[in-house]
Amino acid sequence: MPGASDLANNVADSVPAQTGPEGTKRDFLFIATGAALAVGTAALAWPFVASMAPDAETVAAGAPLEVDLTPIQEGQIITVFWRGKLIFVRNRTDKEVKDSEAVQLSDLIDPAPDSARVKEGHAKWLVVYGNCTHLGCVPIGHSGQYDGWSCPCHGSVFDSAGRVRRGPAPTNLPIPPYAFTSDTKIRIGDEGAGKAVA
Amino acid sequence: MSGHANTYVPKSRLAKWFESRLPLVGLMHSSFVSFPVPRNLNYFWTFGAILIMMLGLQIVTGVWLAMHYDPSADKAFNSVEHIMRDVNYGWLLRYAHANGASMFFVAVYIHIFRNLYYGSYKAPREVLYILGVIIYLLMMATAFLGYTLPWGQMSYWGATVITNILAAIPVVGDTIQSLLWGGYSVGSPTLNRFFSLHYLLPFMIAGVVVLHVWALHVVGQNNPTGIPIKSGKDAVAFTPYATVKDVFAAVVFMLFFAYWIFYQPGYLGHADNYIPANPAVTPAHIVPEWYFLPFYAILRAVPDKLGGVILMFGAVLILAFAPWLDTSRVRSSNYRPIYRQFFWLFVIVCVVLGWLGAKPPEGGYVIASQICTFYYFAHFLIVMPLVGLFETPTALPGSILESVTGPGKQIESGSGMPVGAAAAPSSKG
Amino acid sequence: MTMTRALAASFLAALVSLAPAHAAEAPKPPREEWSFSGIFGKFDQAQLQRGFQVYREVCSSCHSMSLVRFRNLAEPGGPGFTAGQVKALAAEYKVKEVNDNGEEVERPARPADAWPSPFPNDKAAAAANGGKAPPDFSVLAKARTFERGFPLFVVDAMPFVGYSEQGVDYIHALLNGYEDAPAGMEVPAGTNYNKYYPGHLIAMAKPLSDGQVTYAKGENGEPVVPETVEQYSRDVAAFMSWTAEPHMEARKALGFRVILFLILLAGLLYYVKKKIWADVGGEVHGLQPELHKTG
Repeated sequence: MPGASDLANNVADSVPAQTGPEGTKRDFLFIATGAALAVGTAALAWPFVASMAPDAETVAAGAPLEVDLTPIQEGQIITVFWRGKLIFVRNRTDKEVKDSEAVQLSDLIDPAPDSARVKEGHAKWLVVYGNCTHLGCVPIGHSGQYDGWSCPCHGSVFDSAGRVRRGPAPTNLPIPPYAFTSDTKIRIGDEGAGKAVA
Repeated sequence: MSGHANTYVPKSRLAKWFESRLPLVGLMHSSFVSFPVPRNLNYFWTFGAILIMMLGLQIVTGVWLAMHYDPSADKAFNSVEHIMRDVNYGWLLRYAHANGASMFFVAVYIHIFRNLYYGSYKAPREVLYILGVIIYLLMMATAFLGYTLPWGQMSYWGATVITNILAAIPVVGDTIQSLLWGGYSVGSPTLNRFFSLHYLLPFMIAGVVVLHVWALHVVGQNNPTGIPIKSGKDAVAFTPYATVKDVFAAVVFMLFFAYWIFYQPGYLGHADNYIPANPAVTPAHIVPEWYFLPFYAILRAVPDKLGGVILMFGAVLILAFAPWLDTSRVRSSNYRPIYRQFFWLFVIVCVVLGWLGAKPPEGGYVIASQICTFYYFAHFLIVMPLVGLFETPTALPGSILESVTGPGKQIESGSGMPVGAAAAPSSKG
Repeated sequence: MTMTRALAASFLAALVSLAPAHAAEAPKPPREEWSFSGIFGKFDQAQLQRGFQVYREVCSSCHSMSLVRFRNLAEPGGPGFTAGQVKALAAEYKVKEVNDNGEEVERPARPADAWPSPFPNDKAAAAANGGKAPPDFSVLAKARTFERGFPLFVVDAMPFVGYSEQGVDYIHALLNGYEDAPAGMEVPAGTNYNKYYPGHLIAMAKPLSDGQVTYAKGENGEPVVPETVEQYSRDVAAFMSWTAEPHMEARKALGFRVILFLILLAGLLYYVKKKIWADVGGEVHGLQPELHKTG
């Protein structure tokens, strides 16, 4: 068809052809409009992205959770949920505490002394998130060679302080924010001094 | 996708490699860049682009709302309120979607009346036009299904009334009704399948829109004169001329849309839909959304259940026959002095039918509905064939360009389209 | 177009003549002034707090508000209670939960909890109230309205003169609409005459009386607002307007910015379009371009 490629040139030429002061004014107008369109489109996307974040109901439901420690026998592990996440609360035996404290930091994948895993003065009580740091499976308690947990999915092994001792998990089981409100009660989601986690 | 040559010339090696394997960029280029557009299109021709924008916005807001919505009878109402109260910007998504449906119909009605005024349904655009009628039908189904989802009183009773309408269909009506209900009345299974279908239909609309645009680019756009593009001087390139005009019009439409979302979000809805569905109590005035009101008035104008249903569906389906009912050789009502009067009468009748649809079916309202219903059908079955035969159209301009500049005048600066580029659409027109 | 105009005029005349036949219903609630109406409307925090007090001390004994959480009372755009006040308020209420042994126990409510309903379920609410459950307050202000008729309904949609407070006006009017039934009208037992209730016979007895709720005094020890039914109903209606639309202030504020931006963008695009079309001799406007010939 004749003129077909002329058309493309014609269209391409017809827009930015002008130069001089008039052309500059025109360029500025085009750039300003393009920028406004881009800003508008980005702003339009924001509510969609924001709406996918946890909603107000979910955030409010994550209020601190009180756990009474008295029914937990020595050696026992209980599970609780806070903000939908699984948490282990473990009443460690004296032997477990001693063994854990005796571990050389150089033997650890993610070095942390036992004292950093518990609250001061409450060395018996270990509170950790209950999902393996590899890919999120729930490790089985009182199993593996370190009196801790072993993960059935990919074989990670944790000790009685929740520290990873054999991979593929890269880090120790994380510790949720919590505080002792008395010797027999903890508040999960409390950063201490009664202040709730935001 | 279009009947004219591909003017896209890939420049980089990668573009050449891709184009020789899938000529997608060339297709887009010929459809939305080099496509010849009549130079005399007015702003009524921007509503196609506005409708595509609205379909996109409805799909996106809808998909996002579905992330938070719960389609079970005992949770739907509260989950909508959860979106309104707890989800970040949930109120914005929900109001944009609910009012977006209304805006979609505002735009489609302008698009349809523009089509009828300028005779865009006439040959060679019949298939393009019928695809449009199909889109309109799918839109109505989608809007109806969507209105049931908040599971308020209007949702529930709207669903009950419409599914009872389908039961009027002889022989298979009861079966259709019970298959839609999934029970012995409108209930949780109904809501769940309505949600599923409400999610599905917009994608079917999008599919038909692709065909609609394809058909448009085969036959080319109509224009206010109704005469085809005869030379390159009659046309401009889609990009940048039509593109910038469409974007401008779309932003102005967004302005209108934003007013409803932010300042009158409940106006186009119905207060009763903030009362949770209650199968034991029917609201005093049960009324569909405004965009269905003319059809609702037609339904109620007939005292017979089946008759009303036939007329209501007939009122939509008759649109599809317009290309063959209209006997005039002239497309645009600008050159049809008699038909133009009837066209505006038809517009008034549609508006009045809408008003009557919101009124109780009593006394004078019923009689008025019957008169308007009669004219609605008479317009297609009597006016369109007869006026076309007897009317003397006024003189058509020699060309689109002449309609713009006056006979014998020339535009001094260059045309957007070189001569010959527009040959394909005009040869079919 | 003369034929069209004549037809349109006769149509409108015919329609107006149809309308009065249906006008003899309940009187329209009077239109009130609200701080939250209009494009720049904002809730009056003190009024919402008073309205909440009326709800809590009077209405809440029968009407639930199940979609409202305690925490909402401290959220932006609302009555503006502090987080501490809300926590203390919530703790005054008991909510049921199932403990680890599967027993239903009561615990003090937390800010995240829903406002406790006065009845355990709808059937109990209906049984205790003559067969019909008192409506939930959460979205009631949006669930009530009245027809304004043509042409007001068109005006109501428009900027600046628009009107979307029908629900609040109705609630306010209803609470002030208790009066003696007109002579000859029978008011059956269990119902009460109300001027603004559709059909006039409402199951709810007059809920508010002057002096019933004691508002906090101002700094000089004088009441800030009168303790009258008129004021109580105004305050509780405003409070219900907030419970129905807790993000109204955010909506209107965002709307203002969005609309300003769109006006700016539309203006820019208009000039861009003009410049671009200048290359092909400008564009044509209007329905009938042959009427706009430049030559």
